[in-house]
Amino acid sequence: MRKLLARELRLSLRHGTDSLAAILFFLVAGALFPLAIGPAPETLARIAPGIIWVCALLAALLPLDRLFGADAEDGSLDHLLLSGLPPAAIALGKAAAHWLTTGLPLLLAAIPLAVMLRLPEEAFPALLLGLIPGTAFLSLIGTAGAALVLGARRGGVLLPLLILPMAVPALIFGVAAADAAAVGLAARPHLLLLSALCAAALPLCPLAAGAALRSSAE
Amino acid sequence: MPDGLVADSLAAIRGERLVFAGLSFALPPGGALLLEGPNGSGKSTLLRVLAGLGRAEAGTLRWNGEDALSDRTTHATRVAYLGHQDAVKPGLTAAENLAFWGTTAQIEAALTRVNLAPLADLPARMLSAGQKRRLALARLALASAPIWLLDEPTLGLDTTSVAALGDMLAAHRAQGGVVLAATHLPLPLPGAETLRLAA
Repeated sequence: MRKLLARELRLSLRHGTDSLAAILFFLVAGALFPLAIGPAPETLARIAPGIIWVCALLAALLPLDRLFGADAEDGSLDHLLLSGLPPAAIALGKAAAHWLTTGLPLLLAAIPLAVMLRLPEEAFPALLLGLIPGTAFLSLIGTAGAALVLGARRGGVLLPLLILPMAVPALIFGVAAADAAAVGLAARPHLLLLSALCAAALPLCPLAAGAALRSSAE
Repeated sequence: MPDGLVADSLAAIRGERLVFAGLSFALPPGGALLLEGPNGSGKSTLLRVLAGLGRAEAGTLRWNGEDALSDRTTHATRVAYLGHQDAVKPGLTAAENLAFWGTTAQIEAALTRVNLAPLADLPARMLSAGQKRRLALARLALASAPIWLLDEPTLGLDTTSVAALGDMLAAHRAQGGVVLAATHLPLPLPGAETLRLAA
Protein backbone atom coordinates (compact mmCIF):
# COMPACT_ATOMS: atom_id res chain seq x y z
CA MET A 1 0.00 0.00 0.00
CA ARG A 2 2.80 2.42 0.90
CA LYS A 3 4.63 1.27 -2.21
CA LEU A 4 1.56 1.94 -4.30
CA LEU A 5 1.38 5.47 -2.92
CA ALA A 6 5.09 5.98 -3.59
CA ARG A 7 4.62 4.74 -7.15
CA GLU A 8 1.66 7.04 -7.78
CA LEU A 9 3.43 10.07 -6.33
CA ARG A 10 6.56 9.38 -8.36
CA LEU A 11 4.46 9.02 -11.51
CA SER A 12 2.63 12.26 -10.92
CA LEU A 13 5.92 14.07 -10.21
CA ARG A 14 7.27 12.88 -13.55
CA HIS A 15 4.06 13.84 -15.31
CA GLY A 16 3.66 17.01 -13.26
CA THR A 17 1.47 18.66 -15.88
CA ASP A 18 -1.71 16.97 -14.60
CA SER A 19 -1.52 18.56 -11.15
CA LEU A 20 -0.23 21.84 -12.52
CA ALA A 21 -3.07 22.00 -15.04
CA ALA A 22 -5.62 21.50 -12.26
CA ILE A 23 -4.11 24.29 -10.16
CA LEU A 24 -3.84 26.71 -13.07
CA PHE A 25 -7.39 25.90 -14.12
CA PHE A 26 -8.51 26.63 -10.57
CA LEU A 27 -6.77 30.01 -10.48
CA VAL A 28 -7.79 31.06 -13.99
CA ALA A 29 -11.42 30.01 -13.55
CA GLY A 30 -11.54 31.87 -10.24
CA ALA A 31 -10.04 34.97 -11.84
CA LEU A 32 -12.77 35.03 -14.48
CA PHE A 33 -15.50 35.85 -11.96
CA PRO A 34 -14.35 39.40 -11.11
CA LEU A 35 -14.12 40.06 -14.84
CA ALA A 36 -17.61 38.77 -15.49
CA ILE A 37 -19.41 40.10 -12.40
CA GLY A 38 -17.53 43.33 -11.89
CA PRO A 39 -14.84 44.22 -9.39
CA ALA A 40 -17.14 45.56 -6.62
CA PRO A 41 -15.41 44.31 -3.44
CA GLU A 42 -18.58 43.72 -1.41
CA THR A 43 -20.17 41.57 -4.15
CA LEU A 44 -17.00 39.54 -4.61
CA ALA A 45 -16.53 39.07 -0.88
CA ARG A 46 -20.11 37.82 -0.63
CA ILE A 47 -19.72 35.17 -3.34
CA ALA A 48 -16.02 34.34 -2.83
CA PRO A 49 -16.55 31.07 -0.87
CA GLY A 50 -18.96 29.83 -3.55
CA ILE A 51 -16.55 30.66 -6.36
CA ILE A 52 -13.63 28.97 -4.61
CA TRP A 53 -15.60 25.83 -3.83
CA VAL A 54 -17.09 25.45 -7.31
CA CYS A 55 -13.72 26.05 -8.96
CA ALA A 56 -12.03 23.56 -6.61
CA LEU A 57 -14.71 21.00 -7.43
CA LEU A 58 -14.23 21.40 -11.18
CA ALA A 59 -10.44 21.50 -10.94
CA ALA A 60 -10.36 18.30 -8.89
CA LEU A 61 -12.26 16.57 -11.71
CA LEU A 62 -9.58 17.27 -14.30
CA PRO A 63 -7.01 14.59 -13.38
CA LEU A 64 -9.63 11.95 -12.50
CA ASP A 65 -9.98 10.81 -16.08
CA ARG A 66 -6.38 9.59 -16.08
CA LEU A 67 -6.46 8.23 -12.53
CA PHE A 68 -7.18 4.68 -13.68
CA GLY A 69 -7.36 5.36 -17.42
CA ALA A 70 -3.60 5.42 -17.97
CA ASP A 71 -3.10 2.23 -15.96
CA ALA A 72 -5.95 0.45 -17.76
CA GLU A 73 -4.55 1.36 -21.19
CA ASP A 74 -1.00 0.11 -20.67
CA GLY A 75 -1.95 -3.01 -18.72
CA SER A 76 -0.62 -1.78 -15.36
CA LEU A 77 -4.06 -2.12 -13.81
CA ASP A 78 -3.98 -5.90 -14.34
CA HIS A 79 -0.68 -6.04 -12.52
CA LEU A 80 -1.97 -3.88 -9.68
CA LEU A 81 -4.96 -6.20 -9.29
CA LEU A 82 -2.57 -9.16 -9.25
CA SER A 83 -0.25 -7.55 -6.70
CA GLY A 84 -2.02 -9.25 -3.81
CA LEU A 85 -3.56 -6.02 -2.53
CA PRO A 86 -7.36 -6.10 -2.26
CA PRO A 87 -8.92 -3.93 -5.00
CA ALA A 88 -10.33 -1.60 -2.33
CA ALA A 89 -6.80 -0.94 -1.03
CA ILE A 90 -5.66 -0.09 -4.55
CA ALA A 91 -8.55 2.36 -4.85
CA LEU A 92 -7.75 3.88 -1.45
CA GLY A 93 -4.11 4.31 -2.48
CA LYS A 94 -5.19 5.99 -5.68
CA ALA A 95 -7.56 8.28 -3.80
CA ALA A 96 -4.80 9.22 -1.36
CA ALA A 97 -2.46 9.96 -4.26
CA HIS A 98 -5.14 12.07 -5.94
CA TRP A 99 -5.64 14.06 -2.76
CA LEU A 100 -1.92 14.61 -2.25
CA THR A 101 -1.31 15.68 -5.84
CA THR A 102 -4.55 17.63 -6.46
CA GLY A 103 -6.54 18.25 -3.28
CA LEU A 104 -3.67 19.54 -1.19
CA PRO A 105 -2.27 21.87 -3.88
CA LEU A 106 -5.81 23.18 -4.47
CA LEU A 107 -6.09 23.90 -0.77
CA LEU A 108 -2.91 25.99 -0.94
CA ALA A 109 -3.94 27.69 -4.17
CA ALA A 110 -7.24 28.65 -2.53
CA ILE A 111 -5.38 31.14 -0.30
CA PRO A 112 -4.22 33.53 -3.06
CA LEU A 113 -7.56 33.17 -4.82
CA ALA A 114 -9.41 34.03 -1.60
CA VAL A 115 -7.20 37.09 -1.09
CA MET A 116 -7.83 38.14 -4.67
CA LEU A 117 -11.59 37.86 -4.21
CA ARG A 118 -11.47 39.86 -0.96
CA LEU A 119 -12.81 37.10 1.21
CA PRO A 120 -13.34 38.54 4.73
CA GLU A 121 -10.46 37.64 7.02
CA GLU A 122 -12.74 35.93 9.55
CA ALA A 123 -13.82 33.42 6.89
CA PHE A 124 -10.33 32.19 6.00
CA PRO A 125 -10.00 29.51 8.70
CA ALA A 126 -13.49 28.17 8.00
CA LEU A 127 -12.86 28.05 4.26
CA LEU A 128 -9.54 26.25 4.54
CA LEU A 129 -10.68 23.92 7.33
CA GLY A 130 -13.68 23.06 5.18
CA LEU A 131 -11.56 22.42 2.12
CA ILE A 132 -9.49 19.77 3.95
CA PRO A 133 -12.32 17.22 4.37
CA GLY A 134 -13.99 18.67 1.29
CA THR A 135 -11.15 17.91 -1.10
CA ALA A 136 -10.61 14.52 0.56
CA PHE A 137 -14.28 13.73 0.00
CA LEU A 138 -13.93 14.77 -3.64
CA SER A 139 -10.88 12.54 -4.07
CA LEU A 140 -12.79 9.59 -2.60
CA ILE A 141 -15.97 9.87 -4.66
CA GLY A 142 -13.89 10.90 -7.64
CA THR A 143 -11.94 7.67 -7.37
CA ALA A 144 -15.14 5.66 -7.18
CA GLY A 145 -16.51 7.51 -10.19
CA ALA A 146 -13.31 7.09 -12.18
CA ALA A 147 -13.32 3.35 -11.48
CA LEU A 148 -16.99 3.09 -12.52
CA VAL A 149 -16.57 4.78 -15.89
CA LEU A 150 -13.43 2.79 -16.64
CA GLY A 151 -13.86 1.00 -19.93
CA ALA A 152 -16.89 3.05 -20.90
CA ARG A 153 -16.55 4.93 -24.14
CA ARG A 154 -16.63 8.69 -23.55
CA GLY A 155 -15.88 8.03 -19.89
CA GLY A 156 -14.45 11.52 -19.57
CA VAL A 157 -17.86 13.01 -20.35
CA LEU A 158 -19.71 10.63 -18.09
CA LEU A 159 -17.44 11.25 -15.14
CA PRO A 160 -18.50 14.83 -14.22
CA LEU A 161 -22.17 13.90 -14.71
CA LEU A 162 -21.70 11.09 -12.22
CA ILE A 163 -19.59 12.87 -9.63
CA LEU A 164 -20.86 16.45 -9.54
CA PRO A 165 -24.32 15.57 -8.16
CA MET A 166 -22.68 13.46 -5.46
CA ALA A 167 -20.39 16.36 -4.56
CA VAL A 168 -23.31 18.72 -3.92
CA PRO A 169 -23.52 18.05 -0.14
CA ALA A 170 -19.83 18.90 0.29
CA LEU A 171 -20.36 22.10 -1.68
CA ILE A 172 -23.35 23.14 0.43
CA PHE A 173 -21.70 22.58 3.81
CA GLY A 174 -18.33 23.92 2.70
CA VAL A 175 -19.75 27.20 1.44
CA ALA A 176 -22.12 27.42 4.42
CA ALA A 177 -19.18 27.12 6.82
CA ALA A 178 -17.28 29.99 5.18
CA ASP A 179 -20.45 32.12 4.88
CA ALA A 180 -21.31 31.55 8.53
CA ALA A 181 -17.82 32.57 9.61
CA ALA A 182 -17.96 35.69 7.41
CA VAL A 183 -21.03 36.99 9.25
CA GLY A 184 -19.76 35.94 12.66
CA LEU A 185 -21.80 32.76 13.14
CA ALA A 186 -20.37 29.41 14.21
CA ALA A 187 -18.83 27.45 11.33
CA ARG A 188 -18.34 24.37 13.48
CA PRO A 189 -21.63 22.52 12.72
CA HIS A 190 -21.04 22.79 8.99
CA LEU A 191 -17.44 21.65 9.32
CA LEU A 192 -18.54 18.69 11.43
CA LEU A 193 -21.13 17.65 8.84
CA LEU A 194 -18.48 17.97 6.14
CA SER A 195 -16.12 15.78 8.15
CA ALA A 196 -18.93 13.28 8.65
CA LEU A 197 -19.42 13.09 4.89
CA CYS A 198 -15.71 12.46 4.47
CA ALA A 199 -15.74 9.82 7.21
CA ALA A 200 -18.63 8.00 5.52
CA ALA A 201 -16.94 8.13 2.13
CA LEU A 202 -13.64 6.84 3.49
CA PRO A 203 -14.70 3.18 3.78
CA LEU A 204 -17.54 3.18 1.23
CA CYS A 205 -15.92 4.76 -1.82
CA PRO A 206 -12.83 2.50 -1.95
CA LEU A 207 -15.07 -0.56 -1.62
CA ALA A 208 -17.26 0.61 -4.50
CA ALA A 209 -14.23 1.58 -6.56
CA GLY A 210 -12.58 -1.79 -5.87
CA ALA A 211 -15.63 -3.69 -7.07
CA ALA A 212 -15.75 -1.49 -10.17
CA LEU A 213 -12.05 -2.15 -10.87
CA ARG A 214 -12.64 -5.90 -10.65
CA SER A 215 -15.52 -5.81 -13.07
CA SER A 216 -13.64 -3.55 -15.48
CA ALA A 217 -10.85 -6.13 -15.69
CA GLU A 218 -13.31 -8.88 -16.59
CA MET B 1 -5.44 -35.07 -3.40
CA PRO B 2 -4.18 -33.82 -6.75
CA ASP B 3 -1.26 -31.42 -6.62
CA GLY B 4 -0.50 -28.49 -8.86
CA LEU B 5 -2.94 -26.59 -11.01
CA VAL B 6 -6.08 -28.47 -12.03
CA ALA B 7 -8.79 -26.97 -14.20
CA ASP B 8 -12.10 -28.76 -14.59
CA SER B 9 -14.52 -27.91 -17.42
CA LEU B 10 -13.83 -24.17 -17.44
CA ALA B 11 -15.97 -21.96 -19.63
CA ALA B 12 -15.66 -18.27 -20.44
CA ILE B 13 -17.85 -15.78 -22.21
CA ARG B 14 -16.45 -12.67 -23.81
CA GLY B 15 -18.79 -10.07 -25.23
CA GLU B 16 -21.80 -12.44 -25.23
CA ARG B 17 -19.83 -15.02 -27.18
CA LEU B 18 -18.88 -18.35 -25.67
CA VAL B 19 -15.10 -18.43 -26.14
CA PHE B 20 -14.49 -21.91 -24.76
CA ALA B 21 -16.32 -24.45 -22.64
CA GLY B 22 -15.56 -27.76 -21.00
CA LEU B 23 -11.86 -26.99 -20.85
CA SER B 24 -9.91 -29.23 -18.47
CA PHE B 25 -6.24 -29.82 -17.78
CA ALA B 26 -3.99 -30.87 -14.95
CA LEU B 27 -0.51 -29.49 -14.40
CA PRO B 28 1.70 -31.11 -11.76
CA PRO B 29 4.38 -28.99 -10.05
CA GLY B 30 7.16 -28.26 -12.54
CA GLY B 31 4.77 -28.79 -15.43
CA ALA B 32 4.31 -26.60 -18.45
CA LEU B 33 1.40 -26.19 -20.81
CA LEU B 34 1.49 -24.50 -24.20
CA LEU B 35 -1.77 -22.98 -25.38
CA GLU B 36 -2.09 -23.05 -29.13
CA GLY B 37 -4.81 -22.07 -31.48
CA PRO B 38 -5.74 -19.48 -34.09
CA ASN B 39 -6.32 -15.81 -33.25
CA GLY B 40 -9.49 -15.34 -31.27
CA SER B 41 -9.59 -18.91 -29.99
CA GLY B 42 -9.52 -17.74 -26.38
CA LYS B 43 -5.90 -18.18 -25.32
CA SER B 44 -5.66 -14.76 -23.72
CA THR B 45 -9.13 -15.09 -22.22
CA LEU B 46 -8.13 -18.39 -20.65
CA LEU B 47 -4.97 -16.87 -19.18
CA ARG B 48 -6.98 -13.99 -17.70
CA VAL B 49 -9.48 -16.43 -16.22
CA LEU B 50 -6.66 -18.47 -14.69
CA ALA B 51 -5.15 -15.28 -13.26
CA GLY B 52 -8.44 -14.41 -11.61
CA LEU B 53 -8.79 -11.28 -13.75
CA GLY B 54 -11.46 -12.68 -16.04
CA ARG B 55 -14.53 -14.51 -14.85
CA ALA B 56 -15.05 -18.23 -15.35
CA GLU B 57 -18.71 -18.80 -16.22
CA ALA B 58 -18.49 -22.46 -15.32
CA GLY B 59 -15.99 -24.99 -14.02
CA THR B 60 -13.49 -24.97 -11.21
CA LEU B 61 -9.81 -24.21 -10.85
CA ARG B 62 -7.89 -25.87 -8.05
CA TRP B 63 -4.40 -25.12 -6.79
CA ASN B 64 -3.00 -27.91 -4.62
CA GLY B 65 -6.51 -29.13 -4.01
CA GLU B 66 -8.13 -25.90 -2.90
CA ASP B 67 -10.53 -23.80 -4.89
CA ALA B 68 -8.39 -21.05 -6.42
CA LEU B 69 -10.95 -18.61 -7.77
CA SER B 70 -13.15 -18.21 -4.67
CA ASP B 71 -10.71 -15.72 -3.12
CA ARG B 72 -9.18 -13.84 -5.99
CA THR B 73 -7.00 -11.56 -3.86
CA THR B 74 -5.27 -14.60 -2.34
CA HIS B 75 -5.07 -16.24 -5.74
CA ALA B 76 -3.36 -13.11 -7.08
CA THR B 77 -0.37 -13.76 -4.82
CA ARG B 78 0.11 -17.16 -6.49
CA VAL B 79 0.05 -15.74 -9.99
CA ALA B 80 2.56 -13.90 -12.11
CA TYR B 81 0.99 -12.66 -15.32
CA LEU B 82 2.59 -11.36 -18.48
CA GLY B 83 -0.01 -9.87 -20.77
CA HIS B 84 0.07 -8.51 -24.31
CA GLN B 85 0.93 -5.13 -22.91
CA ASP B 86 4.20 -4.56 -21.13
CA ALA B 87 2.69 -2.24 -18.48
CA VAL B 88 5.81 -0.12 -18.58
CA LYS B 89 5.49 3.52 -17.56
CA PRO B 90 7.51 5.62 -20.02
CA GLY B 91 8.19 8.38 -17.48
CA LEU B 92 9.86 6.11 -14.92
CA THR B 93 13.28 4.53 -15.20
CA ALA B 94 13.59 0.79 -15.74
CA ALA B 95 14.37 0.22 -12.06
CA GLU B 96 11.56 2.53 -10.88
CA ASN B 97 9.10 0.62 -13.03
CA LEU B 98 9.81 -2.43 -10.90
CA ALA B 99 10.02 -0.59 -7.56
CA PHE B 100 6.46 -1.58 -6.63
CA TRP B 101 7.25 -5.28 -6.96
CA GLY B 102 10.45 -5.78 -4.99
CA THR B 103 13.35 -4.41 -2.99
CA THR B 104 16.31 -2.65 -4.59
CA ALA B 105 18.54 -5.74 -4.40
CA GLN B 106 15.84 -7.98 -5.90
CA ILE B 107 15.25 -5.52 -8.72
CA GLU B 108 18.96 -5.41 -9.53
CA ALA B 109 19.08 -9.21 -9.69
CA ALA B 110 15.95 -9.36 -11.86
CA LEU B 111 17.30 -6.76 -14.27
CA THR B 112 20.58 -8.66 -14.52
CA ARG B 113 18.68 -11.83 -15.46
CA VAL B 114 17.16 -10.12 -18.48
CA ASN B 115 20.40 -8.26 -19.33
CA LEU B 116 18.93 -4.85 -18.57
CA ALA B 117 21.14 -3.95 -15.60
CA PRO B 118 23.20 -1.34 -17.54
CA LEU B 119 19.96 0.42 -18.53
CA ALA B 120 18.43 0.42 -15.04
CA ASP B 121 18.50 4.21 -14.68
CA LEU B 122 17.34 5.00 -18.18
CA PRO B 123 13.77 6.33 -18.59
CA ALA B 124 11.65 3.51 -19.99
CA ARG B 125 10.53 5.63 -22.94
CA MET B 126 14.10 5.30 -24.29
CA LEU B 127 13.84 1.49 -24.32
CA SER B 128 13.07 -0.41 -27.51
CA ALA B 129 10.01 -2.65 -27.80
CA GLY B 130 12.08 -5.74 -27.08
CA GLN B 131 13.76 -4.10 -24.09
CA LYS B 132 10.35 -3.15 -22.67
CA ARG B 133 9.30 -6.76 -23.07
CA ARG B 134 12.42 -7.80 -21.15
CA LEU B 135 11.51 -5.32 -18.43
CA ALA B 136 8.09 -6.99 -18.21
CA LEU B 137 9.88 -10.35 -17.94
CA ALA B 138 12.00 -8.95 -15.10
CA ARG B 139 8.79 -8.21 -13.21
CA LEU B 140 7.83 -11.85 -13.71
CA ALA B 141 11.10 -12.90 -12.10
CA LEU B 142 10.44 -10.57 -9.16
CA ALA B 143 7.07 -12.04 -8.31
CA SER B 144 7.81 -15.17 -6.32
CA ALA B 145 4.58 -16.75 -7.54
CA PRO B 146 4.27 -20.44 -8.37
CA ILE B 147 1.94 -20.00 -11.36
CA TRP B 148 3.32 -18.19 -14.39
CA LEU B 149 0.81 -17.14 -17.05
CA LEU B 150 2.51 -15.87 -20.18
CA ASP B 151 0.76 -14.33 -23.14
CA GLU B 152 3.08 -14.37 -26.18
CA PRO B 153 6.17 -14.01 -23.95
CA THR B 154 8.68 -13.93 -26.82
CA LEU B 155 7.00 -11.08 -28.70
CA GLY B 156 9.78 -8.79 -29.91
CA LEU B 157 12.59 -10.65 -28.13
CA ASP B 158 15.93 -11.41 -29.77
CA THR B 159 17.44 -14.92 -29.65
CA THR B 160 19.69 -14.11 -26.67
CA SER B 161 16.70 -12.92 -24.68
CA VAL B 162 14.66 -15.98 -25.65
CA ALA B 163 17.49 -18.10 -24.28
CA ALA B 164 17.50 -16.00 -21.09
CA LEU B 165 13.75 -16.54 -20.85
CA GLY B 166 14.38 -20.27 -21.27
CA ASP B 167 16.76 -20.20 -18.30
CA MET B 168 14.19 -18.33 -16.22
CA LEU B 169 11.47 -20.82 -17.15
CA ALA B 170 13.71 -23.80 -16.38
CA ALA B 171 14.70 -22.35 -12.99
CA HIS B 172 11.07 -21.62 -12.17
CA ARG B 173 9.97 -25.16 -13.07
CA ALA B 174 12.87 -26.68 -11.16
CA GLN B 175 11.48 -24.97 -8.05
CA GLY B 176 8.13 -26.64 -8.59
CA GLY B 177 6.41 -23.77 -10.37
CA VAL B 178 4.06 -24.25 -13.27
CA VAL B 179 4.04 -22.35 -16.56
CA LEU B 180 1.19 -21.76 -18.96
CA ALA B 181 2.06 -19.94 -22.12
CA ALA B 182 0.00 -18.87 -25.10
CA THR B 183 2.18 -18.70 -28.16
CA HIS B 184 2.47 -18.99 -31.92
CA LEU B 185 6.24 -19.32 -31.82
CA PRO B 186 8.36 -22.15 -30.45
CA LEU B 187 9.15 -21.58 -26.77
CA PRO B 188 12.10 -22.95 -24.78
CA LEU B 189 9.85 -25.19 -22.69
CA PRO B 190 11.15 -28.78 -22.90
CA GLY B 191 8.59 -31.46 -22.11
CA ALA B 192 5.64 -29.09 -22.24
CA GLU B 193 2.22 -30.45 -23.00
CA THR B 194 0.09 -28.75 -25.61
CA LEU B 195 -3.50 -27.68 -25.34
CA ARG B 196 -5.14 -26.78 -28.63
CA LEU B 197 -8.02 -24.33 -28.53
CA ALA B 198 -10.40 -24.40 -31.48
CA ALA B 199 -11.56 -21.16 -33.05
